[in-house]
Amino acid sequence: MRRFSWFNATSLTLGFAFLYLPMIILIIYSFNASRLVTVWAGFSTQWYGTLLQNQSFLDAAWVTVKVAIASSTIATVLGTMGAYVLVRGGRFMGRTVFSGMIYAPLVMPEVITGLSLLLLFIGIGLDRGIFTIVLAHTTFSMCFVSVVVSSRLVSFDKSLEEAALDLGCSAFDAFRLVTLPIIAPAVISGWLLAFTLSLDDLVIASFTAGPSATTLPIRIFSAVRLGVSPEINALSTIMIAIVTIGVITASILTKRSSLAKQNDEQAAARTS
Amino acid sequence: MRRFILIAVPFIWLMALFLVPFAIVLKISLSDIALSIPPYTPQLDLTEGWAGIKAFFAELDFENYVFLTQDQLYWKAYVSSLQIALISTILTLLVGYPIAYGMAQAPDEWRATLLLLVILPFWTSFLIRVYSWMGILSNEGFLNQFLLWTGLISTPLVILNTNTAVYIGIVYTYLPFMILPIYAALEKMDGSLLEAAEDLGCSRLTAFWLVTIPLSKSGIIAGCFLVFIPALGEFVIPSLLGGSDTLMIGKVLWEEFFSNRDWPVASAVAVILLLILIIPIVLFQRNEQKQREMDQ
Repeated sequence: MRRFSWFNATSLTLGFAFLYLPMIILIIYSFNASRLVTVWAGFSTQWYGTLLQNQSFLDAAWVTVKVAIASSTIATVLGTMGAYVLVRGGRFMGRTVFSGMIYAPLVMPEVITGLSLLLLFIGIGLDRGIFTIVLAHTTFSMCFVSVVVSSRLVSFDKSLEEAALDLGCSAFDAFRLVTLPIIAPAVISGWLLAFTLSLDDLVIASFTAGPSATTLPIRIFSAVRLGVSPEINALSTIMIAIVTIGVITASILTKRSSLAKQNDEQAAARTS
Repeated sequence: MRRFILIAVPFIWLMALFLVPFAIVLKISLSDIALSIPPYTPQLDLTEGWAGIKAFFAELDFENYVFLTQDQLYWKAYVSSLQIALISTILTLLVGYPIAYGMAQAPDEWRATLLLLVILPFWTSFLIRVYSWMGILSNEGFLNQFLLWTGLISTPLVILNTNTAVYIGIVYTYLPFMILPIYAALEKMDGSLLEAAEDLGCSRLTAFWLVTIPLSKSGIIAGCFLVFIPALGEFVIPSLLGGSDTLMIGKVLWEEFFSNRDWPVASAVAVILLLILIIPIVLFQRNEQKQREMDQ
């Protein structure tokens, strides 16, 4: 039985205090009655009220959610295809270029991705708006999906697919009935990653959005450039709450399903 | 046929939206600024056939790159970006290593929770995490109020809108990228190696220095690159926490494009930034590959 040594306990406490204190302070001050964000003037939820009446924030939030759902869904399909090609595709012309194009966007600075896509959209005369943001987000997040899914594809037994093919499945059925259920957890986490990346992105969206569409990060950025504001604190608190609930639920669910799987395997081992 | 479609769809998508845009950046970086829409020249005119293409290539030149080397601003921005990225990477390592070490040494039933606590900020909006420091670091902010209250200082420290605030912002937002690979390396470590070192007469500090650090080297290298590479092109942190004298190349590119509307120079800035990034990216890839080979 291991215990925390005093050194480890101190470094963990200080480390997590550093990671969490800024967000905790932000949450506390979102309930501040004063407009001066640094002076505490009693508890109040008025900023949540003003936030919910602010149409420009609500519109921006709606645009962001639409973009995130569309781009993460397309990115999941394309990214899973890309992962399959990388891991199971064998040799084909341009394979090196293909894997390069999958990995390069992961390390590409956002300013460059944004700039290059904007120049493309202008070059081909595409009107900028929600559609172009979706295209841009899909392109960089499909690469993240590919990486997540391909790491799962590498680790699973290829002979399962081959068995399905031997038993008369078509290639598509083998994928649908055997491969997909096995890689499903990776596909789902890929989708979640793509969704969060899209929700979060400021730089690429700013380049590709044009004047007709404003996402929530663009709206927040233009507000916080002028300084700290209580409405933004309230908005941040709501976003932090949603993410926290989401991540904790997801981790409980995965823990439960892995426990259930363990139990199944033990039961199977007993009966055989 | 099916296989062809499977390969072609993602291939063409990335070709059209990743490779072609980059070729356009390269092309515009060789063009000249002009008062037209789009604001650069020459434009490729395919209606004139071969002569048009020839005329187009004849007008491309490296003028913008020459301009970048002559103007002090860009030169300084590249150097100061490298400097800020390097210093903050070292700071992140110093902050992150003890946390990763503490996590790897923690009792087993604690580890999943600690891991979740490191990953949680990663899912939270980057912009909000940077913004949260604005209220803390400002002159009448939380940190100054606290320090004044304890009597450590008598006048507020100016931290917001300086490079110090940029360092704090980078360390804070990229900390999980440093902790996770180091934790992964430390967790795999065999504890009996340390016992062996101590049996052979090493003090705990020497054992840490001679056994633990070398065994977590791959994690340290991976973590450092994962912080250094994105920090170099960072835009949000210098523009919210940095001052007007904070020169970072991501911010310069943004301003060149949106404020000055000089697309050719912005494109040239982007091309040079990428050339600088190729070295750390290749080194990072090598480290990853070596790690994979060792695991097998």
